[in-house]
Amino acid sequence: MTAADASNPGAKLIDAFLPASAAGIMELLSPVAPGWGGTLLVGLLHSVEIAIGATCLGLMIGTAGAFGKLYGGPVTRDLLAVYTTVVRAVPELVLILLLYYAGTDLINQVLTAIGYQRIDISGLAAGIFVLGFVQGAYSTEVIRGAILAIPQGQIEAARAYGMSPGLMLRRITLPAMLPFAIPGLANLWLIATKDTALLAVVGFFELTLATRQAAGVTKAYLLFYLAAGALYLALSLFSNLIIGRVEAWSRRGMPSVKEAR
Amino acid sequence: MSAEATAINMAARASIWLKPHRIVLMLIALALVLCAAFFMRWDWLPQYWEMGLMGLWRSLWILAVTCALGFALAVPLGLAQAGGPIWFSAPAKVFCTIIRGTPLLLQLWLLYYGLGSIFPQYPWIRESWMWPYLRQAWPYGVLALTLSFAGYEGEVMRGAFAGVPRGQLEAARAFGMSRWKIFRRIWLPQAFYRALPTLTGETVLQLKSTPLVATISVIDIFAVSSKVRQDTYLTYEPLLLLALIYMTITGILVFAFSRIEARIPVKIG
Repeated sequence: MTAADASNPGAKLIDAFLPASAAGIMELLSPVAPGWGGTLLVGLLHSVEIAIGATCLGLMIGTAGAFGKLYGGPVTRDLLAVYTTVVRAVPELVLILLLYYAGTDLINQVLTAIGYQRIDISGLAAGIFVLGFVQGAYSTEVIRGAILAIPQGQIEAARAYGMSPGLMLRRITLPAMLPFAIPGLANLWLIATKDTALLAVVGFFELTLATRQAAGVTKAYLLFYLAAGALYLALSLFSNLIIGRVEAWSRRGMPSVKEAR
Repeated sequence: MSAEATAINMAARASIWLKPHRIVLMLIALALVLCAAFFMRWDWLPQYWEMGLMGLWRSLWILAVTCALGFALAVPLGLAQAGGPIWFSAPAKVFCTIIRGTPLLLQLWLLYYGLGSIFPQYPWIRESWMWPYLRQAWPYGVLALTLSFAGYEGEVMRGAFAGVPRGQLEAARAFGMSRWKIFRRIWLPQAFYRALPTLTGETVLQLKSTPLVATISVIDIFAVSSKVRQDTYLTYEPLLLLALIYMTITGILVFAFSRIEARIPVKIG
């Protein structure tokens, strides 16, 4: 047998897919107590929280990494090359396990060394840290490419005006690279929302694990996995909508591609 | 002359690696590897290496089969979206959107737990020749990974098919080629060349997706490392070795694809 339960032939499941018992589906998916809709929504909320956190952390690492790769010394550059290459060559699942154990271990060892008690690291923080670390490698490459795409004259002009590196970063480099970076970063955001599902493997309660629990208890496997798929899809489509707006905003003032042709 | 040029080339390549800071970094890396080799526990290796090889073989086999099948599925998907009538292109687009919009882990569990819970209820499925296969886990893993690869690569192939210059197809038609011959000789090869660079990335992504099949009890290399971790209570050693194995496979894949890419005429279109 596969995981399909021989003990429960799933008469309920078949019922759930007959049009006659649409009420049964609504009951299973209802957000209040007997239904499992609320559980799924809480899972979705956790997924979104982690995805947002990981993307923000990834953006910070990515910006620093891109500047290190472009303007850093030889050692910084080589170390960053190792970081991006290794992270992009190893499956996320393996990285998540490694960083999850290594990260919590390291923090606890540091804490005990200073003389504090060991702490339990919350799944949320660990998930954000792990996915952010992975996202950082990808965003480094995206942002590096975007900075390279800025017309060189703009950066030279900023230097000629005597701008400090911080001011130049804030006023010139970041805004000017944004239109080049947004498609890549948007892709990374979509990847982040889907990578949160991998945290189910280390036992963090997000949408996929919530679905698994709901399906395991009610035996309505197909129904709940389809419902979770619909939630993920809705999240992706909604993100696409927002991304389109943001992209249009970041391109304001630039000649449109259509007119250029 | 050419021997000289190769010698200079090789010297230049060697000098990239022999900069002082790189030598220091490599020494540090070597020291770390040696530390890992001597101070970590590797005594479980002799007991598990046969199982590991089996797992590795299964991972590679799943990778090869799903990539091949997925690509075969991606061609019609891309073609339908690039130039098909709406009743072909719309379903293809919906398929690609759904596959790309949901996590692979969820698709995998949907197929394995969802379909897996429905099949046994039908006696005719249980009596058919497929049942011995449907009872195992790997067909679901292969199916999910194939569909995922097809979804992502179908989108790439759409762009590749659309990117072939119209003039090429018009010229082929002017030569009196039949539609099938145009597709086979002109459209598909040129689209394939265009898609090849992204194909490398997609294949590496697919490799990185294969460990997910371990979550539905397929014993691939990832599952072997999990078993070692459970048996020996070691946290890092199996995972580090696993990461090394995946990096090696990625390196080989990237190298192999770069060799294939180098053989393809650069000026197309």
